Amino acid sequence: MSEQMILTQTDLAERFPGKVRRDERKGYEGYIVEADALLQVAQTLRDEMGYDYLSSITGVDYLPDGYMESVYHFYRTTGGPALVLKVQTPRDHAVVPSLVSLYPGAEFQEREAWDLLGIRYEGHPDLRRILMWEGFAGHPLRKDWREPYYEEDAKPFKSRWPDGHVYRIEDKNPFHKNVDYPPDFDPDQWVADNDAALYASLAKIQSTLDSSLKTDTVIVNMGPQHPSTHGVFRMVVLLEGETVRALKPVMGYLHRNHEKIGERNTYIMNMPFTDRLDYLSSMSNNFGYALAVEKLMGIKPPERAEYLRVIMAEFTRISNHLFAIGSLLNDLGAYFTPMLYAIEERELILDIFEAVAGSRMMCNYFRFGGVARDLPEGVYEKMRDLAFERLPRRIDELDLYLTNNEIIRARCEGVGVLTPEQAIAFSASGPLLRASGVPYDIRRADPYSIYDRFEFDVAVRYHGDVYDRYLVRLDEIRQSIRILQQALRDLPQGPILAGKPQYQVRVPPGEAYGRVEAPKGELGFYVVSNGKPNPWRYHVRAPSFVNITALETMAKGNKVADVVAILGSIDIVLGELDR
Amino acid sequence: MTEKELNQPGYEIPPELRNQVAVTTIDRIYNWSRRSSIWPMMFGLACCAIEMICTAASRFDLARFGMEVMRPSPRQADLLIVSGTVTKKMVPQIVRLYNQMPEPKYVIAMGACASGGGPFKEGYNVVSGIDNYIPVDVYIPGCPPTPQALLHGLITLQKKIDSQTLREARWYKKEVSEVIPVPVLGPDIMDPREYELIRQYSKQKSAAGATASAGADSNPTSTE
Ligand code: SF4
Repeated sequence: MSEQMILTQTDLAERFPGKVRRDERKGYEGYIVEADALLQVAQTLRDEMGYDYLSSITGVDYLPDGYMESVYHFYRTTGGPALVLKVQTPRDHAVVPSLVSLYPGAEFQEREAWDLLGIRYEGHPDLRRILMWEGFAGHPLRKDWREPYYEEDAKPFKSRWPDGHVYRIEDKNPFHKNVDYPPDFDPDQWVADNDAALYASLAKIQSTLDSSLKTDTVIVNMGPQHPSTHGVFRMVVLLEGETVRALKPVMGYLHRNHEKIGERNTYIMNMPFTDRLDYLSSMSNNFGYALAVEKLMGIKPPERAEYLRVIMAEFTRISNHLFAIGSLLNDLGAYFTPMLYAIEERELILDIFEAVAGSRMMCNYFRFGGVARDLPEGVYEKMRDLAFERLPRRIDELDLYLTNNEIIRARCEGVGVLTPEQAIAFSASGPLLRASGVPYDIRRADPYSIYDRFEFDVAVRYHGDVYDRYLVRLDEIRQSIRILQQALRDLPQGPILAGKPQYQVRVPPGEAYGRVEAPKGELGFYVVSNGKPNPWRYHVRAPSFVNITALETMAKGNKVADVVAILGSIDIVLGELDR
Repeated sequence: MTEKELNQPGYEIPPELRNQVAVTTIDRIYNWSRRSSIWPMMFGLACCAIEMICTAASRFDLARFGMEVMRPSPRQADLLIVSGTVTKKMVPQIVRLYNQMPEPKYVIAMGACASGGGPFKEGYNVVSGIDNYIPVDVYIPGCPPTPQALLHGLITLQKKIDSQTLREARWYKKEVSEVIPVPVLGPDIMDPREYELIRQYSKQKSAAGATASAGADSNPTSTE
């Protein structure tokens, strides 16, 4: 591959004259590609320049300029910074070629951009709405689309500030609730077939199945209320006997309009909202968002704050993986016993979070340029005790009882295999990617904060099955403990925030993509600022959401009971999957 | 008859039977057994569900209240804990689950979201509180409510159960209990009971919008 990489970034504009140009807007990076050349450029990136990993796709609605932009972030799985491509397209006829044929991991992200922004991806195999239901009116993230509870374009709302009065928004709506209907609409004429397109696409697969035995296929809906879907997640599986032939995930049952709300909020207001993305690891979410905005602002936190951040992020990883292992075991049928042990340790970590941040789960602890509070008395000792004494012991115990358990091995080994090539193609990240033998960890590959100072190994396993995903999590807990021990040892004294605490930060115009290795994978925040107190675009590249793209491939050919284990091994959380 | 009279039947209990027999009312024993074995439905929506799981785990231990038996099927559940943000896409399922639960049934709105929309209230896909669609017995504030708060909510529900009486229990009444119509997902969520209202509103809107209709294509639902 090294010879291929001789082609460097600067060549791109020269290589495709007239089709690719540098993005010269102030604060922006990357290249602007003509829509008709996108596939060709992407192919060159993938096959010749080694950018084999398409991390994020999203859209931006530049309403004042009258165009939409589809934004792509490419990476090399061998490490290094991003290459950003953008395709501009007119708002009223937003069409961009689909990249699914080159990067299958684009599938759901493109569907999301279609659903929320109305960018049509030509050539996409199954372009349906993904978060909202089929039949919903409008594309909500367009800047001129207004929700039923619309008040103003941006907060703080004048009615509340500086000395306004607060009213109930329900009282301003004729239905006294959060609804609105288009003109000339007659509900009696409405045919509710929100799932018609879904079943049609399954029927297409059904008709292509040929088997020597004459068997009937059945379609089974699992979820959104199902004890093993980890929340309100729904899978529609096409079964032949007990074997899965096709699987379509259906999501959006927890779509909380994170991005629309985020674009009305001021920058700092979004911090508590990020807590609620992946609510099992709120500190990591804070981390990613803080990094993105700090990149835009060009500030760096002081030393002590950096250490505190790393400590909190690693504790979060441990508690998340404990929970993931516990619920995987739940899904395998070891109902709640291993989970209780996992939760016991998690509670101790939550106690630390509660002490430093004031809340067990929704920590809201990071600030731009630092953290919110210093450690209260006694917490440092508690953390030391956990990192040096208790946790290593308890992890060994878990390992001892679970790893060589016969049933676990029988249920997990060889199930839900994802090859390294597939994992990269599907843009998988986190433990899912590393269990497939790709040693890609952002803390190493593209270090942020102070991760380059710590000694740790990137956990990697090579079979790509459910069992290896479990093992990778266990390894990662051990590595996190190692990082914690170093960080606690070296934790310096000093200030915890650069500058004074501010309610409103000044963010210069531009774009930034901040990403961290969250417990579940690559968590990225794409923030576009136009110099106002609110982000113009605020997009979350959620690891659960992208990882789920590979679910069908992993599940196909397995028994339906194994699908539950496979889903459990991806470790999704719905707050982040649906946002 | 007051409760006191009910509990004092007016005759002497022979000494050998004391501490062996308790004299009480049907109501009391009925409520006592119900409140001590509430089976919640295993139903999690969002972040609050994680705190619900923690409450069920060893540190806080729901089993102390006889509530550890979580049932994934609504047919076997007494209590629906709405633990998280209720979205429009999810409401039809929640209403259906509620309808499938047998009487007597209770609903707890856990957390700010389920009670009134919470931090995501302004979102286009978020319902401002589950009580827009199904009746709620106990509201628990917090985002998320701590396990202690959830326990407090459950104890409050037990108190409510204690105060109920067989004579007025709606589930022993002759008339069948009403089924809540399941909302429909149209251009926005539609409550079948409100179709007439929707029609009127929509007509009004098209009359008003005939003069000012800009950018209608991408934005058919914008309001003024
Ligand atoms: S109340 Fe808060 S914690 Fe609970 S579901 Fe809503 S946002 Fe999540």
